[in-house]
Amino acid sequence: MPIIALLIFTFGTAVIGLFIPIRYGNRFAFLSSLIVFAYSLYLFITFPITAEYQYVLDCAWIPSLGIHFKVGIDGISILLVMLTTFLTPLIIFSIRKNEPRPRAFYSLLLFMEMALIGVFVSMDGFLFYIFWEIALIPIYFICLLWGGKDRVRITLKFFIYTMTGSLFMLVGLIYLYLHTPVQHSFDMQALYAAGRSLSAHAQCILFWFFFLAFGIKMPIFPLHTWQPDTYTDAPTQGTMMLSGIMLKMGIYGVIRWMIPMLPLGLAQNANYVLWLSVAGVVYAGIIAFTQRDMKRLIAYSSISHVGLIAAGIFAFNQQGLQGGIIQMLSHGVNVVGLFFIVDIIQSRTGTRDIGSLGGIRLKAPFLATVFAIIMLGAVALPLTDGFPGEFLLISGVFKFQNIAGAVAGLTIIIGAVYMLRTYQRSMLNEPSLETDKFTDLTWVEKSVLIPIVIMVILIGIYPNLFLKVSEPAILKLLSGV
Amino acid sequence: MLQYAALIPFFPLAGFIILGLLNKKLPKNIAAVIACGMLLISFGLALGVFMNISGKTEEVQLAPWINVGSFSASFTFLLDPLSSIFLMIITGVGFLIHVYSIGYMHDDEKHNIFFAYLNLFIFFMLVLVLASSYLLMFVGWEGVGLCSYLLIGFWFKTKAYNDAAKKAFIMNRIGDLGFLLGIILLFITFGSSDYHTVFTKANGLMSGDTMITTITLLLFVGAMGKSAQIPLYTWLPDAMAGPTPVSALIHAATMVTAGIYMVARSGILYALSPVSMLVVAVVGIVTAVFAATIALTQNDIKKVLAYSTVSQLGYMFLGLGVGAFSASVFHVMTHAFFKALLFLGAGSVIHGLSGEQDIRHMGGLRKKMPITHITFLLATLAIAGIPPFSGFFSKDEILGHAFSAGMVFWVLGVIGSMMTSFYMFRLLFLAFYGTYRGDEHKVHAHESPKVMTIPLIILAILSTIGGFVGVPESLGGSANFDKFLEPVFHDAYAKMLLMEHSQILSEVALMGITVAAAAISIFFAWNMYVKKKTVPVSEGTRLPFLQNMSYHKYYVDEIYSALITKPLDKISGFLGNVVDNKFIDGIVNASGKLTNWVSGLMRFVQTGNVDFYLLAMVVGIALIIFFKLM
Repeated sequence: MPIIALLIFTFGTAVIGLFIPIRYGNRFAFLSSLIVFAYSLYLFITFPITAEYQYVLDCAWIPSLGIHFKVGIDGISILLVMLTTFLTPLIIFSIRKNEPRPRAFYSLLLFMEMALIGVFVSMDGFLFYIFWEIALIPIYFICLLWGGKDRVRITLKFFIYTMTGSLFMLVGLIYLYLHTPVQHSFDMQALYAAGRSLSAHAQCILFWFFFLAFGIKMPIFPLHTWQPDTYTDAPTQGTMMLSGIMLKMGIYGVIRWMIPMLPLGLAQNANYVLWLSVAGVVYAGIIAFTQRDMKRLIAYSSISHVGLIAAGIFAFNQQGLQGGIIQMLSHGVNVVGLFFIVDIIQSRTGTRDIGSLGGIRLKAPFLATVFAIIMLGAVALPLTDGFPGEFLLISGVFKFQNIAGAVAGLTIIIGAVYMLRTYQRSMLNEPSLETDKFTDLTWVEKSVLIPIVIMVILIGIYPNLFLKVSEPAILKLLSGV
Repeated sequence: MLQYAALIPFFPLAGFIILGLLNKKLPKNIAAVIACGMLLISFGLALGVFMNISGKTEEVQLAPWINVGSFSASFTFLLDPLSSIFLMIITGVGFLIHVYSIGYMHDDEKHNIFFAYLNLFIFFMLVLVLASSYLLMFVGWEGVGLCSYLLIGFWFKTKAYNDAAKKAFIMNRIGDLGFLLGIILLFITFGSSDYHTVFTKANGLMSGDTMITTITLLLFVGAMGKSAQIPLYTWLPDAMAGPTPVSALIHAATMVTAGIYMVARSGILYALSPVSMLVVAVVGIVTAVFAATIALTQNDIKKVLAYSTVSQLGYMFLGLGVGAFSASVFHVMTHAFFKALLFLGAGSVIHGLSGEQDIRHMGGLRKKMPITHITFLLATLAIAGIPPFSGFFSKDEILGHAFSAGMVFWVLGVIGSMMTSFYMFRLLFLAFYGTYRGDEHKVHAHESPKVMTIPLIILAILSTIGGFVGVPESLGGSANFDKFLEPVFHDAYAKMLLMEHSQILSEVALMGITVAAAAISIFFAWNMYVKKKTVPVSEGTRLPFLQNMSYHKYYVDEIYSALITKPLDKISGFLGNVVDNKFIDGIVNASGKLTNWVSGLMRFVQTGNVDFYLLAMVVGIALIIFFKLM
């Protein structure tokens, strides 16, 4: 029941939000997302440390086709649900007052939250696919209606790109469905069994079908070219949603669906996909060196970070998987903080070009400190949230293949280069014409950024809080049961 | 008692949090008292540990941190003689430098935040030496790097300072990658990164194990970054951009010796790998001599001291590489005394001359700054290795061991030591002797206030007598320092089997040679800069080739920039603009265009003409039947 409550509540508020008087729209959306967060926090705190699915609900949906509305939460999905419900209120709260059509904006965000939660709790392949596609609708409109100058072209490209990937997944799912015992079923366990019964050759082919879908979503090099443009051109809240939560759908899909269904496919192809991911770490990191648009720079840094997460997961050992899970949380927290800071800078100065910034620390010490802490998280300084994840991921990749681990490890150097460069050219040095009248954070901005800073430090000092929750599920996944 | 030692790092951390949160709301003097007071408490506790630790090893568990299978680490502190010596240096010298900073930073508007950073630095440095596992050491290791970054770029309005800070952080990160991979290999090999587990298991291994060699070399990459050894040393001279107390504390006395600490701590691992030992020794001695040749011609008082630090760190690595672990730690201690004193003395000069750092514009400060002069002189004697000053004992112990390990190490060591004496006395004579060469009307040289000179005096006393704790047996002492550390290095020494102490006579003879060599250098320096009153030529004058190379630091920065920094920027631009935008995205767009084109073709088929459809159908069926029959 709790899961249904979460889904219905978010969906309901998304609909009601459209009819609330405009001046209450903000408060309504924020409060309802806060309630969702409080409830999922309660679920998280009371979550038993076991590998079993909790709160499973299974009712037939289209019985003739073996499609069920089956949802449940395990140690992996609870963390992603938490991430979604933690970030959504912050993202909603960060919307500026003068945004046009505010109610639609809020409702689309709430609607998207519903779809994302749905993706993370689905235990039926068809239901998963439905939520996966539904999540695309709100973000499509958010980018299209509130985006930048080139939004029509870029959003269309983003849409076609990810739809193409999704179709491959659909074909894969149907293929597996047809291999389930007669009275076919989309049930997760049935699909697992169907996948595993296939020959190695068939698993390999299906592996690439799913890889396209999930790899585009993350994105993994070289399927990433929609991402810098979309992140740059989408409104900040859209970018936050995309980078903070939505890309985790792809990673989650790999962990939850692709690997358990196609273990032989992974075994045969792990080397290739892992090296693609590692290549992306270095490739995107180096491109970030010379980006001048802060938003675009963080977009590339995101490709680099996600590449490391993917590599750790494809390495398929305890360190890699656990590192991947905790890094999904850290990356979500950090990237939302960073994109919001860029938004703040842009709203004050009218530019995101680091070439025309500088000296902001002198004018806005609070912002500079917050930026510094989140930056340290992004460069994985120990005792910040980036470190446990990066350490475990590099360890996991290293265990898989030591050279790949060493190359992936370059991220700690490359990340420091582009982040420190960005920090220096925006926050330090002499103030420029644009930053001369810069004012420090407002209370609204503070209330978005302070929870993020707290998470940066909390995950850094006490990662076990999250690692212990996902551990049983990961061990079960590794044992292949 | 020893349980309370776990609190040592948390006082400075509390100081950081208080000062960081309240910042400008606190009056300057209260902020200073909090910062210094926190450190004084830590020093008191460290002293208690030091008194009680002899021969003991104690672990204090605080909390778990990361647990993922065998990859786990907790917040657990280790107290033993080695860590207690570092605790004493960090809190003791650290406290003196904090006090000194009250005077030095008095008029700075970011006074409070400066003390907050200093406290944070002490916290991380203490974590580094108290850690009971490599992974926790890494926490302190990166933490001090962060503080170094913050403090080098403390005056962040100046771009050059920020560049120096960034360079320090990134260069350290290059080393840190080696360190991190070394830690991961430790986990894979030993199932843990706790010292206790690793060392116990390693003790059972044979010398020359390849895995141990790989691990120790990776760890040493980390040490090269943090302790500024070739090729990762160029950040340290640039780090002098930070306020002078920072140079004294971080870039001379404590942080840069973390690499020495790490190798000494891993003594047993290095002892198992003759190859790694040789690499450490060679990198050490080459850096020691190379940096000394650069220091010979520098004119910025802090740059001379910076290259001197790089060089002295090289000596410490030489000591480690030849198996003289306790001698190296001894040199860490004496170096902390005299190099901190030299930097603080330089700071006093800079403070007295309103920011002047060029020794060509100094001279004759002896009379105007008597306390600074005397203390600086004592420190110079100590670094030059003149008996009975502290540097003599520690450096000679290293050179003595170097002699038994290989004649060439010793010869190069003595040459480096001659250069050390020369550049240090050159600096002393140019700054404090002769006549004042600056503008008398603009700058009124004056002695610094007591809050700055008292730390100088205490450090001068330590630099003078600090060596007596380790007087070797050959000179009638009892080598107390070595005996204190013996339990820590016992297993490592046992693996090396080369610590013979038979040649007492030649040991004394060797000392005689090094002291004589140092004395000759001092005489040359005196002859040149006091008797002949030579002043280094001004900027832009053509220099003879060797001098020019030394003066321009062998153009290493320029080479790095041309070979690494600039090409990387080019590659970045190429990948972003050409590969990503044109090639990969080009393929994506082309596939879109292809679809358009194909659909364009297909449109011609959709004519709406029923006759055509019928014809197509018939032809299609005919073809199918035809192929079926075939």
